Amino acid sequence: MPLGNNLASELSEDDTERISQSGIDLSRVSSCATYVQKDEDVLHSGCVDNGIEVLPVQKALEMYDWLREYCWNVVPKDKDDITKYVAAQKNPAGYVIIAKKGSKNIFPIQACVYLGRNQIQHVHNIIIAEEGAELHIISGCASAHHVGKGGAHYGVSEFYVKKDAKVSFTMIHTWGEEIDVFPRSASIIEENGVFLSNYVCMKPVHKVQMYPTAYLKGKNSVARFSSVVIATPESTMDLGSRAVLEAEGASAELITRAITLGGTIISRGHVLGKVSGTRGHLECKGLILKDGIIYAIPEIEGSVVGTELSHEAAVGKIAKEEIEYLMARGLSEEVATATIIRGFLDVKIAGLPEALQSQIDSAIDSAEKAGF
Amino acid sequence: MLEVQNLNVQVGDREVLHDINLEIPDGETHVLMGPNGTGKSTLLSTIMGFGNYTVTKGTILFRGKDITGLSVHERAELGIGLMFQRPPTISGLKLGTLLKATSKKTPEEVRKYAEKVNMGQFLERDVNKGFSGGEIKRSEVLQLMVQNPDFIMLDEPESGVDMENISVMGAAIGGLLEKDQNIVRRKKSGLIITHTGFILDFIDADKGHMMCDGTIKCHGNAREILKEIKERGYRECMQCH
Ligand SMILES: Nc1ncnc2c1ncn2[C@@H]1O[C@H](COP(=O)(O)OP(=O)(O)OP(=O)(O)O)[C@@H](O)[C@H]1O
Ligand SMILES: [Mg+2]
Repeated sequence: MPLGNNLASELSEDDTERISQSGIDLSRVSSCATYVQKDEDVLHSGCVDNGIEVLPVQKALEMYDWLREYCWNVVPKDKDDITKYVAAQKNPAGYVIIAKKGSKNIFPIQACVYLGRNQIQHVHNIIIAEEGAELHIISGCASAHHVGKGGAHYGVSEFYVKKDAKVSFTMIHTWGEEIDVFPRSASIIEENGVFLSNYVCMKPVHKVQMYPTAYLKGKNSVARFSSVVIATPESTMDLGSRAVLEAEGASAELITRAITLGGTIISRGHVLGKVSGTRGHLECKGLILKDGIIYAIPEIEGSVVGTELSHEAAVGKIAKEEIEYLMARGLSEEVATATIIRGFLDVKIAGLPEALQSQIDSAIDSAEKAGF
Repeated sequence: MLEVQNLNVQVGDREVLHDINLEIPDGETHVLMGPNGTGKSTLLSTIMGFGNYTVTKGTILFRGKDITGLSVHERAELGIGLMFQRPPTISGLKLGTLLKATSKKTPEEVRKYAEKVNMGQFLERDVNKGFSGGEIKRSEVLQLMVQNPDFIMLDEPESGVDMENISVMGAAIGGLLEKDQNIVRRKKSGLIITHTGFILDFIDADKGHMMCDGTIKCHGNAREILKEIKERGYRECMQCH
């Protein structure tokens, strides 16, 4: 299907291909459920549909006074140089997605942020799921092939998951070898709320650094972070996630699968159990396929009786025994290895709609087929 | 089909097998017996070609061709298959996905095989992850059914299998070895390691071999050797020849 006028003139075929590697299907752009931003220009923004509103942040802030309460709230303006830079922008770029009370949408909203020049791209997103709403977002971040030194992405995202609401946010990165990426995001999860945050990056990048934090403020709230990453040579990925368990019954799970092909991965994680009756688990598995670094720093911190926290970390290579097992079944060494790696990367995320899970799977598949 | 000549095998810096000689003609199934730690699994692993097992002397011929230097994959492609005594767990790889990757058969046929060995419920599970002892054996036999090798090595197929499933296993293994076919038409051969001999109730063995301390001490009738072991223990085998 041809792209809309706006998109066709702004995005080349190559751009569209890069964007699709980040899990975004631009032929679906005619639907309300897609947001496309190139550099700081909004090329396409959705509308109200099925109780979901997708708006450029600047327009949304003009339309809704109440939104100010959510703006620079869970992520503080002066957190660091990145947030300060984004906060200093006169014309903020980014999107606001609001899932109205009780709305249920299992079809993922697509949010595409594309970097087309050697400059810093700034983005500020606000995502709100009102009481009882279900919202799924696939956020594809990509850059044009030609973008090199100086190209950077500073992205702030604030998530508000209200009582009984469920939000999944799946971010797939397709950057380039010289691009620096600094997402800054945090979320507040209220009673019975569920927040699923997934991150996939299997393409080269110069540096990614992020440490999203979930504040589980409501009773029985749930946060689940899953990351599947591959560091190519010269890539540095400093990744982590943090869950602060502040209410009874709150639970969090932080899962990482990391492969290095020569790059550096720092896999941090921090679960903080502040009240009794909370649970947290951290798991990092790393494979070193070519000499590189995987540095896992799991932290669990309990400050009361009755919080149960655990972690599990393992870094190594593929067991020869496993490869030989599959070879004995008739697979070549290459196919056996690829089959085991594909299994290693297969993190099934409980609570994701099937369509979204298969979108994630195919993004991983295609990256893997392309030799990462 | 298979011929092992004067084979010495080293594991690490220790010689585990010494001067092994074995011949298994087309259509025949042989049984390998012997005490724990004597080198039976080592022999099967060496025939399969696993890296930890270094042949320091001798040759392995498969259908007259020297395969001593071939990779595991090449041997599998030639038609050699192995049921592991203790297969590894592969996290994230579904049994069904593995079967799809190793099979030339349709998904329906694969499912039918799985049902045959009571493994229909396991296709969505990670390979060997949390499988019980008996489930591992059934999963192994299922993988072999799908792979359909011509020379089948089974490492203690009956151990850990309950009374009900043992006949299921027996039937499946009989199928693998084409035991329903007349000996004249039967092409498949097998080498089965057993301690109990239960498997002999389902599969007629043409011959038995007795291994002690890394060497085959005697060749003969499988049931007779088993009877000897039952009556006199392994001590006797040292002398038999
Ligand atoms: N990979 C290995 N590393 C170290 N030692 C090994 C290895 N494989 C086999 N061995 C040793 O070689 C000897 C023979 O082992 P093997 O597994 O072949 O015995 P087996 O006859 O199959 O015994 P069982 O009846 O208990 O299965 C044992 O002493 C064992 O510890
Ligand atoms: Mg053994």
